Amino acid sequence: MPASTTTSQRELLRTLPGDDIRQILWKFADRFDLQMLVQSVRAVARGPVARLVAQGGRLTHDWTPEKNALLAEYDAAGITAAFMKPEEGGYLEGPKNLALSLIAFEIAWVDAGAATGSMATHLGLAPIHERGTPEQRAHYMSVCAPAPGQEPKRAAFALTEPLPYVGVETGLLSGKVRVAEWPEGGEPLLEVSKRGRFITGMGFANIVSAAVESDDPRLHGTMMVILEEGDPGIFDRGTPTKKLVHQLSSTSDPVFQLKVPASRIIGGYRVVDGRIVPNYDHGAIIEAVFRRTRVTVGLITAAKLLSAVEPLIRYHRDRFRGSGAGAPGSPRYDLGLQQKEDVTHRLLDVWATGEACASLGFATARLFDDLDPIEKEKDRVLAEQGITGGMSMVKALRKRSVEAIEYLDQRSRSEALRNKARYSALAADPVIQYLALDAQANVLCPATKLWNTGIGSRMMREAVSLMGGYGITEDCPGFLGYKWIDTQLEATYEGPEAVQRRQLSLTMTSEVFLAQFRTWIHEMRRVAANEPGTGACTLASAMHLWVWTLEHLQQAKDANGQKLYQSNRQGVTFPMADALCWLLASRCQILDVQRLRSEGAGAIQEGFEGTVQFLTDLCHIQASRAAGEVSRICSELVFGYLRHPSWDNAPECSTCFKEEELQQIESIIPGASGFTSEYLMEDGTHSTKAGPCVRAEGLGDFTKLRSKLDGCLAGALLAKDRASESLQKVMIPAALDYPQ
Amino acid sequence: MAYQIIVCGGLAPDPLQTLEPVATPAGPALKNEMMLPAVFDPWASHALYEAAHLARQHAGSTIKVVSLAPKAKLQQVMMTVAQKLPFELVPLDGPGGGFTDAASVASALAGAIAAIPGLDKSQLLVFGGWESATRGAGVVMQMVGEKLGITEQFLAVDELKVDAGGALVIKERVEGGRHQVSRCAAPPAVLAWATGNLPEPANHPQTGMANMRAMMPALQKAKAASLASAITYAEVALPAVTRQTRIVKDVPAAEIAREIAEWIKQ
Ligand SMILES: Cc1cc2nc3c(=O)[nH]c(=O)nc-3n(C[C@H](O)[C@H](O)[C@H](O)COP(=O)(O)OP(=O)(O)OC[C@H]3O[C@@H](n4cnc5c(N)ncnc54)[C@H](O)[C@@H]3O)c2cc1C
Repeated sequence: MPASTTTSQRELLRTLPGDDIRQILWKFADRFDLQMLVQSVRAVARGPVARLVAQGGRLTHDWTPEKNALLAEYDAAGITAAFMKPEEGGYLEGPKNLALSLIAFEIAWVDAGAATGSMATHLGLAPIHERGTPEQRAHYMSVCAPAPGQEPKRAAFALTEPLPYVGVETGLLSGKVRVAEWPEGGEPLLEVSKRGRFITGMGFANIVSAAVESDDPRLHGTMMVILEEGDPGIFDRGTPTKKLVHQLSSTSDPVFQLKVPASRIIGGYRVVDGRIVPNYDHGAIIEAVFRRTRVTVGLITAAKLLSAVEPLIRYHRDRFRGSGAGAPGSPRYDLGLQQKEDVTHRLLDVWATGEACASLGFATARLFDDLDPIEKEKDRVLAEQGITGGMSMVKALRKRSVEAIEYLDQRSRSEALRNKARYSALAADPVIQYLALDAQANVLCPATKLWNTGIGSRMMREAVSLMGGYGITEDCPGFLGYKWIDTQLEATYEGPEAVQRRQLSLTMTSEVFLAQFRTWIHEMRRVAANEPGTGACTLASAMHLWVWTLEHLQQAKDANGQKLYQSNRQGVTFPMADALCWLLASRCQILDVQRLRSEGAGAIQEGFEGTVQFLTDLCHIQASRAAGEVSRICSELVFGYLRHPSWDNAPECSTCFKEEELQQIESIIPGASGFTSEYLMEDGTHSTKAGPCVRAEGLGDFTKLRSKLDGCLAGALLAKDRASESLQKVMIPAALDYPQ
Repeated sequence: MAYQIIVCGGLAPDPLQTLEPVATPAGPALKNEMMLPAVFDPWASHALYEAAHLARQHAGSTIKVVSLAPKAKLQQVMMTVAQKLPFELVPLDGPGGGFTDAASVASALAGAIAAIPGLDKSQLLVFGGWESATRGAGVVMQMVGEKLGITEQFLAVDELKVDAGGALVIKERVEGGRHQVSRCAAPPAVLAWATGNLPEPANHPQTGMANMRAMMPALQKAKAASLASAITYAEVALPAVTRQTRIVKDVPAAEIAREIAEWIKQ
């Protein structure tokens, strides 16, 4: 049995990857501010949060004093203020996407609900942060920043409404806003009426960003409005939601009927022809918010998958110890369930998925950190040209996308083949930089949310099942059962899977993104050339197959003459979005391990080679899994909309041989008839084989790409066997570092 | 009065890790030690928290931590320790762990302390743990003191107060669970701490970031400490863990408690 008897000559993984490895993999080795934040948050997660879970804190829907006490822990550890700028009471300079992702990751390592709860205020403030006026930002950020002697205010984000209103479809708003008073020359007073459903943080929030629609001819369109506890009217937190998940966060269905000044419209307003026109509608605000906050949600699931590794190895190894059936030193004693190949192989699948989730999520977070300043710079440059937003901005950007594609093309070339002057000019242009990064961000964000939570959820179930019956008890080490069910919320809130797939189906066909994607195929081929056996070659072939399929589907029609790639054909667009996510996650994982390979050698003093080899094997395992998924999805879509040939359809029988023809052929070349597919018997019927075979005209290229991809899978399962050996031998701590 | 407090502290493997002694050409070591997460030595940590407490009460006091450890590991550990209080790090790059020779470690520490610019013995308090969690020899601080010419030494300290006249009032652990209280008129003095009385300060990333601005360059420039040793180890082994389990049914809790008490008395 390979798992227990193979002994490879290569270095094996000696200990679980530590912080030093993770800092290089996720590219924050030079950010000591973030490294400290990680330690600070970890102490809260594995201390007070873990203790509360172990004490049964999750077993009630109510927002208890014990749950509430965690808020002060979050404040003290710097979690609350991590969202703010130093001048607002924060302490981290620059964009904060990676910082917030690391926070979410660390807390979710123990409990995802605590991660959600710790960042509820961030979500509530995000509309103000992204689109608020400078005054709104300065005020609300600073009142929510913890300061000595000041209890910080907490915020909530209220978009979702009771049925039949806002859910996946965010346009069906029932929350209304009217003008209550408008004194001559003065600030209008608005009357806001909003009911929320499943609103996070409502057990304690004092500030709410609420999405509402005008119910008054003097107000234009939709908007988000800031509501405060203490505003005149009703601020009812509602009863706690009887949720089965994320019990350390607070969720309820609040009711608001409040009078607020118009200055609470997020982003401000103009008065046009006697009407109040908000500068941003609610759609524009939630888009700006979710495109950042969804990344952190994806990392919550990633953390849980990786957190399952240590408890599972320990459970498997210790499974039979003390039974008397295996003395110390016997394989049964030392390896326990790890003697069984399926156990190690399935755990490797969980681990590889966790690595890919984390790599995708952190890469996306870093991308937003890069994008944020460039977006501001782009706005500044365009404003100088008199372009300040709305359709004029869209048009201006669209016009320049050809140059962005040119830039990507130049960038992918070797220096010798580049037009240096042109490349430097494009690289120095913030609009071009923005277009290139934005096209990626528009894909990577929904991909992180969709893939990490969706596939992560399935793999979390796998982790639970590897713990046997223990997995579905409250006593399970590492709280794996809770972590599994919690993934369903991560896949649902901030836009369920359908929303992410819908967004991807649009953004992944952007020419700028596709130009980028094509350069990534070459990038993976280069990695494969230097480091064969990393899965990069498999992935490149799978990426090629995906692009080919997308281009084909965009042109092709089904058997009824209907266009295949169109927005209401979710059966086509959604699976293509799923397939893309597998590729993106695997690519990020391979790139992270490449970084470790090149940057870690000097920094990591012991066990480096074994760690890199093991993580490379996980890349290979994951790439082959991704290739399999992509191959299946693409084949199904390419062939699935062709009409299956039938015997009744005369033209389709035109190439069938007749039985007597075959007999003649046989008499000349015995055995040759075996190469024919269909034939007609003397009585005009067909043989009773499975059915007529499809002739796929024009799909020869697809078939070639697919069979090439099959060949690329070589070595993937050898990588798995090798990694299995590491799993059996890796040293783990004596006990988990948080209570059960 | 403002004090110059020097805290000597090394690293120890995170206590939850599996520790397995192995033989290497350079002598005994712990398996995969460099890969295991480490913590600041727990005894030295108590000394550090006490130093922070003292410094807060005496304006103008400074804290410097002198640490001999592999600098990459030290950097990782500082990501936690540096968040707890403001201090300056004087790192010495060298082997950590329990198998180094206490005398040569003491020489290296004393040398690093003596080289600190602006050191004023009339303000100097040298803190450390009464032993390390790794070596457990309990002799390093005394030797550091001797090498620096500081003969006022207090071991297993649990409390330090400064009285109205500026004298140091020190409570040391002595035999039989008792304390001995001494008065030391003025610095310099060496205090090797037992647990003290203070909890671990909360993490505060803002403090850490301020500390790190000076610590990162110091870590990058840390000099390698050469530790000569004449020690040879005949054998190293983990303490044997034995478990005596008896499964009983229907025995009242009081009876179980009585039996356990009997067993402990033996
Ligand atoms: C614990 C918890 C906390 C939450 N916190 C907040 C919060 O703080 N603030 C807030 O505003 N909201 C919050 N939500 C609400 C959450 O965002 C919504 O539940 C989510 O967006 C889905 O809306 P819905 O439940 O109405 O599902 P529906 O809209 O009914 O959708 C159900 C399913 O139908 C399918 N579907 C629906 N529309 C489409 C479509 N167009 N195309 C394809 N398939 C489709 C999908 O499979 C979808 O998952 C929270 C929810 C929970 C459970």
